[in-house]
Parts: sequence; structure tokens; C-alpha cells
Amino acid sequence: MSISEYFQLVMTDYTLRTITLGTAVLGAICGMLGSFAVLRKQSLLGDAISHAALPGIALAFLITGAKDTNILLLGALISGLIGTFWIRGMITKTHLKTDTALGLILSLFFGFGMLLLTFIQKQPNANQAGLDKYLFGQAATLVEKDVWLMITVTGICLVVILLFWKEFKIMLFDADFTKTLGFNIRFIDILITFFIVLAIVLGLQTVGVVLMSAMLLAPAAAARQWTNKLGTMIFLAALFGAFSGVFGTAISASQNNLSTGPVIVLVAAVFVIVSFIFSPGRGILFRQLRFRKNRRDLKLQKTLQFMHSIVATHENIEHPHAIKILNNFQGFTRKSLQKLEEKDWIKISGQQWALTPKGFHQAENLYNQQINNDSSTD
Amino acid sequence: MGKLAVQVDDLTVAYNYKPVLWDIDLFIPEGVLMAIVGPNGAGKSTLIKSILGIIDPIAGSVSIYGKPYEKQRKLVAYVPQKGSVDWDFPTTSLDVVMMGTYGSLGWIKRPGAKQKKAALEALEKVGMLSFKNRQISQLSGGQQQRVFLARALVQNASIYFMDEPFQGVDATTEIAIINILKELRKAGKTVVVVHHDLQTVPEYFDWVTFLNVKKIATGPVKEIFNDDNLTKTYGINYKVAINK
Repeated sequence: MSISEYFQLVMTDYTLRTITLGTAVLGAICGMLGSFAVLRKQSLLGDAISHAALPGIALAFLITGAKDTNILLLGALISGLIGTFWIRGMITKTHLKTDTALGLILSLFFGFGMLLLTFIQKQPNANQAGLDKYLFGQAATLVEKDVWLMITVTGICLVVILLFWKEFKIMLFDADFTKTLGFNIRFIDILITFFIVLAIVLGLQTVGVVLMSAMLLAPAAAARQWTNKLGTMIFLAALFGAFSGVFGTAISASQNNLSTGPVIVLVAAVFVIVSFIFSPGRGILFRQLRFRKNRRDLKLQKTLQFMHSIVATHENIEHPHAIKILNNFQGFTRKSLQKLEEKDWIKISGQQWALTPKGFHQAENLYNQQINNDSSTD
Repeated sequence: MGKLAVQVDDLTVAYNYKPVLWDIDLFIPEGVLMAIVGPNGAGKSTLIKSILGIIDPIAGSVSIYGKPYEKQRKLVAYVPQKGSVDWDFPTTSLDVVMMGTYGSLGWIKRPGAKQKKAALEALEKVGMLSFKNRQISQLSGGQQQRVFLARALVQNASIYFMDEPFQGVDATTEIAIINILKELRKAGKTVVVVHHDLQTVPEYFDWVTFLNVKKIATGPVKEIFNDDNLTKTYGINYKVAINK
């Protein structure tokens, strides 16, 4: 099946439509909440939470003996929350740095989860197979009610973000100041963290424990490159996340046997790479181009200024001078002379150059212009 | 001496087991422009932060015009250290200044035209109106400091706490900022500033507190800004500190 066939099938095939919708909604909510994680410099928290969810899944199965997705995810949610608050407690109560606490909890919970998984596999119970799909996720197992759950959570999350928009924004920027204004920053913090945990847990079935943090971070990191507005960033992150979900599903469905989770993450990574290179404001490409152009312009201006300093000693500003006398000046090249002539700042005839009145005027006002440019770029 | 704006009683703060502030009693009269001076690690920022409830003290109490801080938040404005936030945050100068109005708005309610007008006026006052839509990472250090000051002005408070507002700003900005502070004092406000440059203390401030974990002295600059207190605060080498 080719990708275009896939997109035709999405309209008609129920399973494919469910999976596509699911991954799109998942990408959107992860992108939205990932923006908060990235801006709070808690990028690795997502990784720790998703790994911390694994023992919850295993324990939920051991206790209930059933493989009902909702029950397993509830287990994941509880264990993810325990991991998260353990991390927060560790950071505030001990000397440990954030990264150490994250690393500790991540490996501790993940190790325990893996232990439980192998224990479950050893049990003589036909029902046990398939729990390990939560390691890397399996989008094919998404059914309609899973997608409805995702849509509901995303809807609630959206309402909460809109409601507490101002509180979220100010706490992300300046938590101490927020506290002095009388806002309960613990409440705001717990609210954000809770939704991040929720989004991660929702994604475990599709993307899996190991790759889940990429779903949070990649769309947000990509979105940050394109805008300097918080609202736009969150919107773009949701959009990038949703597209990663859709394209990832399309690619994995059209190439048989490609696991969906990793493909979605790779598509999200492509968004990141493209954004880092091509975004107009912060992208590497345009920054480099601007840098080059500025350097060329400055070189040209320096040459013009040097010419001006020679010309200024004469009464007649249009008096021609030999090109040779420019030789002890480093910034001058044949090419820059041509450029200057194109701008009608100088005239060249044979081996001689002369400033035009326009060029003379330009040189005199160079410094003033620089200052004006500086204050009018907003 | 007029009314008492801030009263600090027996304030003690410790990080882990090391005391950072030890048994501080401090009275700040209304309408003064006060510098808090002291060496690095003297607890100057910590003092402000514990007055504002950002740090929990292990003992002591703070009152603002006779009532606990929690009840008087709207009378107080705060300018944190510039380095305490991430200036690459996706927002504009105007947006940051608007944040000063959030306290009076309370939960959930969004700022409207009135708040925007106040923010624009504050930006104008600090000479940053033409930068209102500038992304904050594209501001210079001095401009960022002015934006922070504008955010505090918007709070329209009676008492202003500022943590090193002159840090890393050029001479022009420093003069602009001190003029605004003097204007605030003229309007009857109380301004408390963590300050590092001892040379400018007599010129800028009329009240001073010497701090080095303990309170060394507090009072009018004219009376207590002398060698004796400087030596007690900075040790025998205080002259090095001045000429730094």
C-alpha cells in the first residue's frame, strides 16, 4: 500500500481511521503539554514519568488478572504520579540535583517494571502475552473507546489551559514573582504536572514507555523555533504533534511491519530538524545568511568610509582618485567596488574612482544610520 | 519619623543547617529610599525574599503596615534579580509588564484594556515604550531591567522591594532607574533596594541597612553610613570593597 492509497483508505477503513485519529489527538495533547515541560526546563521529567509508569501497568495486571486497557493505564497513572511526586520530594528535601533525581527514579521504576514483566511472562497464564507492547507501543491496538478517552482528556486539558492561561504563563516565566502576587504556585505546578502525566499515560499504548518523552519534547522544541509568542508556540506544537501522529501512522501503515511508535517519533524528529534549519528567526540557515549579508554590508560601508576620508581632503568631492591608493586598505576588493558602483555611490573609469554626491552623502550619514537601524527593528 | 511601613521581628532563615539570616529585627519607616548593603552571602536577597514569603523563615514574623504580608500583598511590589528568569521565554516586553497587573486581577480573570493602558504608561515611564512588542531576549541587560521595573510600577504599590536593580546596567540606565526610585519616594512610597555599589549609597539613598547574616545597623544614611559600620559589615578590608 502506498501513502496515497493510505490516505484514501483513511476515509473508508474504520480501523485505520481510528488509529489515525488516535495518534493525531495524542500528538496534539503531547505537543501542547510538552511546550510547558520544555519552557519549565523539565524536558527529562517526561522521560522519567513514562518509565515510572511501567511497574504500574504490570502491577495492575497482576492484581486484576485482566488486560483491560483502562485498568492498565490507571495503574500506569498511579505509578507515574508516585514517581513524579517522589522526584519532586527528592529535589526539595535533599541536596540531589534535578537530573540525579530524575535518573534515579527513571531507572529504579523501569528496573522494577521490567522485573515484574519477566515475572509475569514466567507465569503459566495464557493471558499474559502482549504486556510488553507497552515498552514500544502498538498503535494497532487502539480502539474507538481509547480514542474517545484521548479526545475527552485533550478537551479537558484545553479548557484548563484556557482557564488558567494567565497563571500558567506567569508561573512559567517567573515563579517567585507569581508567589509574591498571592497565587498558589504549588497548585498551578501540580495542575500542569498532572496533565503531563496524564498525556504520557495516554500515549503509552501507542508510543510506549521508552519513546514517549520524544512525543512531548520534539513538537515543542520544533514549535519554539517558529515563534516568540507562547500561545502560537503551544498551537504550533499541537499541530506538529498531530501531523507527526498522522504521517507516522501513514508511513507505518503503508510500509508493512514498521512499528508505529518509532515512526511517529522519527517524523516528529524531522519536524525538529527542519525547524532548526529553516525557521526564519532562529533557524541556522537564515541566521547564517543574515550574518553573511551583514558582514558584506559592513565591509562595503567600511570601504565607502575609507574613500570618504580620502575625498574629504579635497575641495571637489567628485575628484577622481587612483584605485591603487585603496590597496593599503584591507576591506576593499574588485567585487566590492562593483557593488559600490551598482549602488551609484562611486563612479569607476579605468584605474580611477570618484565618489558621487550620493555616495558622499551616504558616507557622511553612515554612523547615524546604524543607530537608527538599531532602534527601529521591532 | 512617619508611619512604619515594614516591621521584621526575630527573623531567622537557614538553608539546611547554616543560618543565612540570624535574628533580624528591622523597622522600615514609610517614605524612605533604603539600601540594603552587605558582602556576598550576607543574606540580602534572602531578607527580601523572606519578607515577601518566597522563602519560609524558621522563626520570626513580618508585618506590612501592621498586618501580615498575606493580607497586604497589594501594597507590595517586587523586582527580582534579572538573572532569576529565562529571558528566552517566548513573550514581549508589554506582556511581561502586564504580569504586574495579574495580582490585582486574581485567579482566571484576564487583563483587559485598563491593564494594557497601565502597562503602556509604565513602559513609557521607564523609556521603553518603543520596545513594547520586542521579544524579551532581544533586549539588552539594561532594557530588561527597565522592563522589570515597569512591571513593578504597574503593581501600583506602596512598598517596592528591588533585588539589585542596578546589576549589569550602564550609567544612563542607572541614572534613569534612580530617578524613578526618587520619584516614587517623592510620591510617599517606600523603596527597599539590595545594593552593591557602596560609593553611590550617600548619593542615591536616604536610609541604609547594613547586613551580614545579622543586622549590623539601620537608619538614616547621614547618621550611620560611616567607617565603623562599614568595618563591622565588611570586615577590616571594607575599603577594598569600596574601591573595587
